[in-house]
Amino acid sequence: MTTSEVAPVDQPPPLLAASRSKSGGGKLGRYLLTRFLLIFVTVAILVTVVFFMIRLTGDPITAALGGRLPADQLAERIREAGFDRPIIVQYIEYLGQIFTGDFGTTLTDRQPVIDVLVRYGTATAELAFYALIVAFVVGIPLGLVAAAKRDKAPDAALRVGAILFYATPVFFSGLVAKLIFSVWLGWFPVSGRANVRTEIALNRSGGSGFYIIDAIASGNPAYVQDVLAHAVLPAMTLGLAIAGVFLRLVRTNVIGTFNMPYIDAARSRGVSEYRLVRKHAYKPALIPIVTVIGLQIAILLAGAVLTETTFEWQGIGFQLARYLAARDFVAVQAIVVMIAIIVAVTNFIVDVIAAFLDPRVRY
Amino acid sequence: MAKRGFVDRLPVVHQLRQSVGLQRGMLVAGLVLALVFLLVALLAPWLAPYSYNQLRGPDGLFGSQQPPSPEHLLGTTVGGYDVLSRTIWGAQTALFVVVVAILLSVFIGILLGLISGYVGGWLDRVLVVIADAIYSFPSLLLAIVAAIAVSGGQSGLVPGVLSAAIAITVVFIPQYLRVVRAEVVRVKSEAFVESAKVIGASTWRIMFRHVLRNSTRSLPLIVTLNASEAIATLAALGFLGFGIEPTAAAEWGYDLKESIGDVSAGIWWTAIPPGTAIVLTILGITLIGESLNDLADPRLRARRRAAKQTPADAVAASQPVAREIMGEVE
Repeated sequence: MTTSEVAPVDQPPPLLAASRSKSGGGKLGRYLLTRFLLIFVTVAILVTVVFFMIRLTGDPITAALGGRLPADQLAERIREAGFDRPIIVQYIEYLGQIFTGDFGTTLTDRQPVIDVLVRYGTATAELAFYALIVAFVVGIPLGLVAAAKRDKAPDAALRVGAILFYATPVFFSGLVAKLIFSVWLGWFPVSGRANVRTEIALNRSGGSGFYIIDAIASGNPAYVQDVLAHAVLPAMTLGLAIAGVFLRLVRTNVIGTFNMPYIDAARSRGVSEYRLVRKHAYKPALIPIVTVIGLQIAILLAGAVLTETTFEWQGIGFQLARYLAARDFVAVQAIVVMIAIIVAVTNFIVDVIAAFLDPRVRY
Repeated sequence: MAKRGFVDRLPVVHQLRQSVGLQRGMLVAGLVLALVFLLVALLAPWLAPYSYNQLRGPDGLFGSQQPPSPEHLLGTTVGGYDVLSRTIWGAQTALFVVVVAILLSVFIGILLGLISGYVGGWLDRVLVVIADAIYSFPSLLLAIVAAIAVSGGQSGLVPGVLSAAIAITVVFIPQYLRVVRAEVVRVKSEAFVESAKVIGASTWRIMFRHVLRNSTRSLPLIVTLNASEAIATLAALGFLGFGIEPTAAAEWGYDLKESIGDVSAGIWWTAIPPGTAIVLTILGITLIGESLNDLADPRLRARRRAAKQTPADAVAASQPVAREIMGEVE
């Protein structure tokens, strides 16, 4: 995380990005194929690491139920689930299962893990979407301001602010926001995604699982308002944390671009400062940022896990914390593996976008 | 460059003299915060009014969720502990975990990076692909998995602290591997390595004496940045329930998890002190890291105005074109 924030200075901005991308069709195809295959390599490595790490402590059934069941019943369940076979057999079987989309069944509440993922995944996606909007709207313009006013008062204030946001863990800023705006001022609900009545109404009508879409579809403004009111604090908490990262990225990149020789050349030709900033510096500086920002998905997901726990937002992260507490390592493993897949696929998409924007990436 | 005095060559002192204006302010603020954290951590037994696992004083039990009072300056937690004491003791836990995690990951990371970069070939490629896969993954989730692996989620004093440290180590190793490897690959092709080979130095001697010593220049910066990340990860682990039991040690993240319910009831004194401690500690270390990073990069370094410049400052202040003329390669 930290190194990726420092790195962008060293990348010169892409010049004439899109116009040249057609010339190297074969190379692009091969590059994309390599990157696509790398998804499977990455996921396979992570699945392997996660599987063996979790099994280091023994079989999941003893971990979850040990001490609560008599020894013979425990042994029976271990045998039933196949955890008594050699670990390498279990590992190969697990790989096969994942390949066919079968993540197993949770130990504590005996649900197919895939159901848990589908049911709560939408909640996490909704939160992540809100947070990204906040981060874009806040982080990028402020980063541009900081770069333009470099080393002056606005830059100083923004940088200290960004570091402060970076230094504050989302679960603490969430708690403080909750204390001030929900408990003391009473502006927003304390926790959850919607009131009980709204939730029942939205779930009864089936729907997408994205509460805001379902609420708008229901046509009842009270539901929309309720859903939005619940989303404000979690979205701001997670969004501002990521906005701090965006601000730093944008600032460093734009300053790096300002130091390029072609800016000096443009200035010496008498291009106005305003035009220099708007036309010559921002565009080439922002293109690489698009891709770097895409790579923040890892931070976003980790942040979502913590934010959901703070606000009891019933998403994947909240479930993960719950299964962790119940020591249900089958569920934990499945959730972690699914997040690994999401991250790998997102990184691939970002790489594809980067390849189309900047021809040099392909080499 | 002109000779610098001994004091001036010490790592942070040099940067402090080099810095100006806002950058100096940030560096000084960071150093002060970090120093306070260190002192509190080391002097916790004398600073804290009570022990971290103390439930009763001379007048019986402390009581649960007591508001701040002269006996308990920051009140008591839902579990009946003194908040101020646990916040102070928490610094010690954090320091211990950070030191162990950084030492472990630097040691293992450097070793792997050295081998990967120097030996090269398929071993290098395999290590890099694994490191990249792990690096792309949310570090918190990896730390959770590692914590399960080390302790099975159990949490005594030493196992709890160690498992947190090892969990954080697993996350950091890929970073050190990549950084050291890149440097090693660069240094490996330098003439002095070739010379050492010609003289007949053994591979080990070349690796550790010639290559390693010249490959660690960017490590202090990463160590600083990772130290703040380690504290954040430790707190996040505690917040998700992988903390250290309250009877074993004080941990800020665990205390914050316990305070979620208090916050909904309007009780502020259990959440704010440990949270503020986390923020100030991370803030201090991050400020140091940021300043060192900016000072190491002439393009980001604030320029010194007016006279009293060394030739090096003049180079740093000049435009890149001029630097090229002076023979400095970017």
